[in-house]
Amino acid sequence: MINLVWLVPLLPLLGFLINGLGRNTLSKTAVGFAGSTVILASFLISLGIFFELGGSALKSHEVFLFDWISAGDLRIPLSFLVDPLSSVMLLIVTGVGFLIHLYSAGYMHEDAGFGKFFSYLNLFVFFMLLLVLGSNYIVMFIGWEGVGLCSYLLIGFWYTNTSYAAAAKKAFVMNRIGDLGFLLGVFLLFQTFGSLEFSKIFPMAASMVPGEQTLFLITLFLFIGACGKSAQLPLFTWLPDAMAGPTPVSALIHAATMVTAGIYMIARSSVLFDLAPLTQNIIAVVGLATALVAALIALTQTDIKKVLAYSTVSQLGYMFLGLGVGAYTGSFFHVITHAFFKALLFLGAGSVIHALHHEQDMRHMGGLKKKLPVTFMTMLVGTIAIAGLPPFSGFFSKDEILAHVYQHSKVMWALGVLGALLTAFYMFRMLYLTFYSSYRGTHHAEEHIHESPKSMTIPLIVLAILAAAGGIINFPAVFGGGEWLHHWLSPVVNTHELELDHSTEYMLMGISVVGVLVSIAIAYNKYVKGKHVPVPDAAERPALVKLSYHKFYLDEIYDALIRRPLDALSGFFYRVVDKKIIDGLINGLGWSTNEASKGLRLLQSGNVGFYIFMMVFGIIGLLLYTYLSI
Amino acid sequence: MELLILLFLPLAGALISLFPGKQSARYGAFAVSILSLAWTVGLLLRFTPDATTQFAVDYDWISQMGIRFHAGIDGISMLLVLLTNLLVPLIIWSSFGRNIDRPAAFYALILFMQTGLLLVFTALDAFLFYIGWEAALIPIYFICAMWGGKDRVKVNMKFFVYTIGGSLFMLLGIIYLYLQNPERNFDIQAFYSLNLDRSQQSWVFWAFFIAFAIKMPVFPFHTWQPDTYTTAPTQGTMLLSGIMLKMGIYGVIRWLLPVVPGGFQDWTPTVIVLSIIGIVYASLIAFKQKDGKRLIAYSSIGHVGLIVAGIFALNTQGLQGAMVQMLSHGINVVGLFLVTDILYNRLQTNKLDEMGGIAKVAPKFAAVALIIVLGTVALPGTNGFVGEFLLLLGVYEYSLWAAVFAGLTIIFGAVYMLRMYQKVMLGQTNAATASFADIKGSEQAVLYIICLLVIVLGVYPKPILNLTEAPVQQLLEQVNQKLSLVK
Repeated sequence: MINLVWLVPLLPLLGFLINGLGRNTLSKTAVGFAGSTVILASFLISLGIFFELGGSALKSHEVFLFDWISAGDLRIPLSFLVDPLSSVMLLIVTGVGFLIHLYSAGYMHEDAGFGKFFSYLNLFVFFMLLLVLGSNYIVMFIGWEGVGLCSYLLIGFWYTNTSYAAAAKKAFVMNRIGDLGFLLGVFLLFQTFGSLEFSKIFPMAASMVPGEQTLFLITLFLFIGACGKSAQLPLFTWLPDAMAGPTPVSALIHAATMVTAGIYMIARSSVLFDLAPLTQNIIAVVGLATALVAALIALTQTDIKKVLAYSTVSQLGYMFLGLGVGAYTGSFFHVITHAFFKALLFLGAGSVIHALHHEQDMRHMGGLKKKLPVTFMTMLVGTIAIAGLPPFSGFFSKDEILAHVYQHSKVMWALGVLGALLTAFYMFRMLYLTFYSSYRGTHHAEEHIHESPKSMTIPLIVLAILAAAGGIINFPAVFGGGEWLHHWLSPVVNTHELELDHSTEYMLMGISVVGVLVSIAIAYNKYVKGKHVPVPDAAERPALVKLSYHKFYLDEIYDALIRRPLDALSGFFYRVVDKKIIDGLINGLGWSTNEASKGLRLLQSGNVGFYIFMMVFGIIGLLLYTYLSI
Repeated sequence: MELLILLFLPLAGALISLFPGKQSARYGAFAVSILSLAWTVGLLLRFTPDATTQFAVDYDWISQMGIRFHAGIDGISMLLVLLTNLLVPLIIWSSFGRNIDRPAAFYALILFMQTGLLLVFTALDAFLFYIGWEAALIPIYFICAMWGGKDRVKVNMKFFVYTIGGSLFMLLGIIYLYLQNPERNFDIQAFYSLNLDRSQQSWVFWAFFIAFAIKMPVFPFHTWQPDTYTTAPTQGTMLLSGIMLKMGIYGVIRWLLPVVPGGFQDWTPTVIVLSIIGIVYASLIAFKQKDGKRLIAYSSIGHVGLIVAGIFALNTQGLQGAMVQMLSHGINVVGLFLVTDILYNRLQTNKLDEMGGIAKVAPKFAAVALIIVLGTVALPGTNGFVGEFLLLLGVYEYSLWAAVFAGLTIIFGAVYMLRMYQKVMLGQTNAATASFADIKGSEQAVLYIICLLVIVLGVYPKPILNLTEAPVQQLLEQVNQKLSLVK
């Protein structure tokens, strides 16, 4: 099976071509079938690869396809790396990917761009698999930018809406800022190690001195790349805007897979990052700050997808916090559980939006518990999972990260727990506003509310099971678990054992569980018992709420600090430097030539005597010159 | 002999297409250009990708002056011959649906220019090089002057004065080298073995570099370019941006670097700073351009700036990147200008603000335009990435900071290109764009071919890299050896 790994990305590419070329001729059923089947096939092959790898003594297999770019001593092959890390990612991408394809067949059924949608979705999976499978940083980068392209296409899927198109462009450009960082990191890697292959770089790096400046720069540049793709401060503002895309896209790209690419890349490079403690500290601080800022913003949002978007940013922040303190497996564990519960939550939100005919504002929802029982039950599971209550999956992964953070710094741990409490609050706020109390829309609309079709609810149920039980893949030792994921990844990812005694671990868990329960109770009091509904957009809000509601004015600040100065510079360069100064000089040259020729013209007066005089004068001059120089 | 056919087939075609009537001029010219391409492919198949010069011809020409008709093809020349003979048929084809006055003269001039370009890319005698250089200029001057848009007289004057001014300096440089040459000829090998001191090299460097810098153009020698690209007829703009600007880049690699490596080395920091200023400056200007053609013109200045920086970084990656990028830029920029031409043809405007929503009514057009845009913003998997990646790596090996600033093109390119794409293709249609007809016929064929090239060269660039690898390595060795001798 491992030798067939090239089929895993090839099948989705085939799906892209079939659906892309047949988007006007194939029926919706055919498109949906082809689009989903290729992903399912990829998933099955990935399963085979996973089990073969499990049974194999060699944990790292390279499959070479062809030489892509070579120049001098630079050689970049297009080749794939199958190892424990990539094999798990393959399962996530194709598995969750398949469920979301299935869901899309129902969700997008009425859309005129159905074929186009599936072709883009297939293309996305193709690039995501390249990203995961690349055996060097450049193949990873093809996937890295390719998923960015698909993200652009899918955010702007309903491109006739100008603000959606603008959101797509914003996502691409902000990702590109990170990508420049990634590229610079790659250049420095090549200069330092003479290769871009993981299998060459990491063994060489292992013998380097920790804290060396080159390693600091390499890891810092790579981290900048991760900030763009995985929406961390200061580059996260594109992700909430990306909710302009259809909801399955938000689930697949902007929650479960693409945005975790930065974490995957850093976990992949854990050898390098462990040798750069300064970068690690920066990552931890940025991650924690992002987790808190995004959680604070999520507290007051009224659009159901925006709440989930900020919660994604915040959860990604936790993953980076984990990476920063060296908990690579913990972070990767959270990548997996987050893929389950966040995909679930987005698809659930999509089911709600679908039922309410494109209503996304929670102020116009409420009381949907009875009308949408499957959606409600599954979303409840997802909400508990993300809030971090045992025994749901999110509890274990978040706990593992926080325990490592505690070991690193108690202040950071306290702030991390604070973020977790905020998370529990805003998630239950979302749940209560959507499903509890009574419906706040029109009576006419209420009659049309109906549960979603099977193709949508089945993925919800499967994901709910995974979100509930996903914790078993890395069941912690403190509960007598085997920590399977930890052992599985240890051949390729630096793993660090937790050195806390069990009583401390119990205490940490206890604090966060009690805190979470209190948060939920507060939310219950306010939104269910108190029947509180957020005020309309235009209404006056207390200063702090306003700050949160307006996302700390980050977009406005970027506008004032970056976009407008650059635009002004653009105008200045064009109108003043180009048109006035440079062209002015050239035209001045032309003008002076003109004037000079006007003057010289007077010499040609037609007076033969003057000509003869000048000629004689010239000859004498020439003779003198020759005579003197001899 | 093969080379003579290659060089003069277009010229012969130019003479033939002067005779017959309207349609036949068009098809005649196209047939000749296709024949040239086929001939090029034939040569390519027989070409050995090593550092040697092949298919060489060497005849006595003006023996009193030591001028010889000496030309030949190595890997670098082959690449540019391929670029020229690939793009000319596409450029001619792209004009099929358009109404062109005096077609016989128009197509004859294009073919005439093709011979001039091919001479430039194959000449091994400085005099012959100069003849080709000027021979390529005259037809494009007439193309712009006779078929251009409004303001063409004034704009063309600026273009002509700029380039003639540059050529003049180059001519002085060539004559100076000739006088320094004890063998009193214009042979390239004789120029290579000249032993000039540093200050002589500096003077010669600037004499040549100004001519090349104007042609490309490099900041601050660029102000003729946006005006000319905007006013010239589309095919003229394609010839200028797709092929002609590569004369400047080729000149630097063939006639500047190996002849005066000392001067090259001394002025490297200056040129790299200028070219990086050009990247940032031109990209920023492109941000807010309202005219699609002018936007692409400025973006081209930025892209060329990166190529120049990569060459002056003087390492394998930079030079190989320049090779791939010359080809890619030619293909992409012709595609972009064809897109603007189709827009202008349907809407009678180049103003981006008057467009919008075209993706809805012309999905095929929107899809191919997107692929070309992605090639231009160097998305991995497209031709633009291979070149830009190698160029930036080359620049990085020269200096980290240079790479940081040059790398801004990655971000800025996405900003202005996607902004243009959004304004043209996305959003709602307006009264003018609501009835926009999708591409068909020759437009469609040319755009499909370009898109195919964008992807194929992006996924499998190896043949191109192989073609130029050996001569690039040899060039670097030759230059390093000469640098160790220079006083």
